[in-house]
Amino acid sequence: MLWAVATVTFFAVRLIPGDPAEAILGGPGSQTSPEALAAVRAEYGLDQPLLVQYLQQLGRLATGDLGRSYALNMDVGPLVLSQIGGTLVLAVLSLAVAWLIALVLATWSTGRGRLAARIGTGLEIVAAALPHFWLATTLIVVFSVWWGVLPPISTADARGLVLPVVTLAIPLAGFLGQVMRESLNTALESPFVLSARARGESDRGVLWRHALRHAALPAISLSGWAFGSLISGAVVVETIFARPGLGRTLLNAVTVRDVPVVVGVVMVVALAYILMTIVTDLASGLADPRPTEIGNGGLS
Amino acid sequence: MSATDSRSAGPHPAVALRVRNLRVGFGDASAADVVRGVSFELRAGECLAIVGDSGSGKSVTARSILGLAGTAARVSADELSLAGESVLGLSEAAWRRRRGRDVGLVLQDALASLDPLRPIIREIGDSLRLHTRLDQSERSRKVLEILAAAGLAQPELYAGRRSGELSGGQRQRALIAAALALDPPLLVADEPTTALDVTVQAQVLDLLEQVRARGTAIVLISHDLAVVSRIADRIAVIHEGRIIETGTTAEVLQNPRHAETRRMLAAVPVDRPRGSRLAPATAVREPVVAHPPARVPEHLAERVPVSVASRTPAAKPVAEPVIALEAIGLSKSFRGPHGTVHRAVDEVSFRLPRGSTLGIVGESGSGKTTTARLALALTAADTGEVRLLGEAWSTLPERDRRARRPLVGAVYQDVLGSFDPRLSVREILHHAVAATAGSSAGGGSAGRRAMAARVSALLDDVGLAESLLERRPTDLSGGQRQRVGIARALASTPQILICDEPVSALDVSVQAQVLDLLDELQRELKLSLLFISHDLGVIQHVSDTVAVMQNGRVVETGTAAEVFTAPTHPYTQALLAAVPRLH
Repeated sequence: MLWAVATVTFFAVRLIPGDPAEAILGGPGSQTSPEALAAVRAEYGLDQPLLVQYLQQLGRLATGDLGRSYALNMDVGPLVLSQIGGTLVLAVLSLAVAWLIALVLATWSTGRGRLAARIGTGLEIVAAALPHFWLATTLIVVFSVWWGVLPPISTADARGLVLPVVTLAIPLAGFLGQVMRESLNTALESPFVLSARARGESDRGVLWRHALRHAALPAISLSGWAFGSLISGAVVVETIFARPGLGRTLLNAVTVRDVPVVVGVVMVVALAYILMTIVTDLASGLADPRPTEIGNGGLS
Repeated sequence: MSATDSRSAGPHPAVALRVRNLRVGFGDASAADVVRGVSFELRAGECLAIVGDSGSGKSVTARSILGLAGTAARVSADELSLAGESVLGLSEAAWRRRRGRDVGLVLQDALASLDPLRPIIREIGDSLRLHTRLDQSERSRKVLEILAAAGLAQPELYAGRRSGELSGGQRQRALIAAALALDPPLLVADEPTTALDVTVQAQVLDLLEQVRARGTAIVLISHDLAVVSRIADRIAVIHEGRIIETGTTAEVLQNPRHAETRRMLAAVPVDRPRGSRLAPATAVREPVVAHPPARVPEHLAERVPVSVASRTPAAKPVAEPVIALEAIGLSKSFRGPHGTVHRAVDEVSFRLPRGSTLGIVGESGSGKTTTARLALALTAADTGEVRLLGEAWSTLPERDRRARRPLVGAVYQDVLGSFDPRLSVREILHHAVAATAGSSAGGGSAGRRAMAARVSALLDDVGLAESLLERRPTDLSGGQRQRVGIARALASTPQILICDEPVSALDVSVQAQVLDLLDELQRELKLSLLFISHDLGVIQHVSDTVAVMQNGRVVETGTAAEVFTAPTHPYTQALLAAVPRLH
């Protein structure tokens, strides 16, 4: 998995037109002497055939060495480590807030008549369709420019985190809410809920002891994917809110063709994604201890 | 009912439940009621069975007794009282205090009726948590007692498991235990044994019998007269929302007064010889004379691009094979969880002579369905082979088998799931005909006319009106759906029909019609049937020869008469002993 990510990234960055050596010496358009270019190529191994460069990089990656940035002139490892914290905080908080919004919306709008269900569904569809850049700009205009209650760019304190987290959480809440509502409705109509009611269980008891757990299952599975989409969303959000983090680092690195940084960031994100998938699998296992069925069912 | 109708307690046990003129409707007031004036009463230690087909209003009646008919339901009655106290117009909170304590509910299919994510100890403990002040450890102790009383052996071993980790009998006991946790004076059991294997069904009925003997009043809701006859004191037959007949079990079974009751009794296939009709003839269909090419109108016949039958090898047999389908030493294993290997089918051999019916009977997990899939060559066998009309079948590569696929049709239990829900009946049958006739059938007006003729011939075969052609499967009744499923299977003019539990999801009267239909089709089209069912009554009725399966093996084979009158294998004997009969 990680190997595939490294390979694709390596070649994808190389497909961008332009000479990385020029990028190292100040980017396209800067006047550089052929001698300087040659020296840089030799230093970074760029004079080797592409395949050799690729294998060299793989070899370094395998030993945990992410290489050295062309543009920033520092090792990629410490660079990524210094930036990853902000992005992880953003992603994890957004995921939590998205879950909260989705849960509240789904539980409020089920079992409350057709109108509530329509409102809930409508809100989810709209939320899921909102693009991050639009949402971010709108939130800045409303909360920072008009009302002036929240800072438009990210600050170190918690207030600076609110708008970026909300920007990422709302579309995700739309997705999570849709799957939760569907499984919540299925669970509420199932015979075991009727059995529970026949024991004297209340609506709230049915929801908390039975239905919500069933509703959470698909949303938990979706969270692994959601985490990946949050990190890609972070590229936009960190740029708009001028927030330090992996997303912005990645964007800058791509702009100047800083191959080691791009590969490094992508590798770390892929690793985080894999870890998150493992976490969601474990969480699914905890929430749903039934063994997975193997073999086939009926004829049809 | 009039015999026991008495308001004074007197020498009689106390009245546990009295229902007078119960009416339940759904939707707006103009919609017809589902339950239209039902009255009955029940005393402690008595079991009243409410019997009817699906849609008769029996389940809605059952749920109304617990105030669980749903938020959309309009419930009204002259009287609805539990143990002498009226529960009409109770608030939801007041109902919650009564449910579980004054009345318990047992539903069909404990796999779905117990929360599959929670261990049964917590499901049963919930009743105690809601109605008593016992703490967690006292509840756990009490749950083990309740489970033991419900006949679950080694309750401490199983209490921590979830419904999916228990056997069918264990989880049904757990479900009953949950309803009985507070020892309510009234138990409502809605199809408590439906979908259970016969041996398990017998155990559950025994348990309900014990519960009744302890003084609990039981309302038993069922579609199956044979099942209720085992434990019910009285039977009320419900039809279209009304109770049409009520009396002691013996009266209703021996002297049914209402025509509908007689029809239901006649439809039970147990102990009915092959060839006798189960349902009164409806006479919708003309006898089918021959295979389809002959049924295309004559002026079209020569223009039909490719005749279906001439493409199938069996239409020009060199020598008429005697055995339609033969299985020789079939085995198939599946890998289970934790690397265990499960032998679903183990050295199974059988022969299906042409034009006859081989019934394969067994309980769930006995390998019946896997056998059907092997026979259809949808699953590859580990060892052994299936031969079709005396030639290789399962051993052929799929490419060579495809030309012979039209010879074998399949009918499934979950027929709705096997249809594309967006297609109309016409489209379903068109696809099926086109698939056999090849792409050539689609073109030209002659092709279209031939197609239309073929589709209406198929409808006619299965006794469906042409007016149903534009309906979607979801808008059809269960019996109509299964008829469409059979028509689809017949589209390829098969010689062999493999039916996997084709009537298991149907009401007994609809089941009777479908069984009659299959019987007629078999005689008219000279079909050979491989008929798979868990229902011994059905198997006895349809089969010439029978194979009894247990744990993937065929434990007994013989003619239907031999197997059912003089079973030699102990398992067959146990199965037959467990079959509920009308007595």
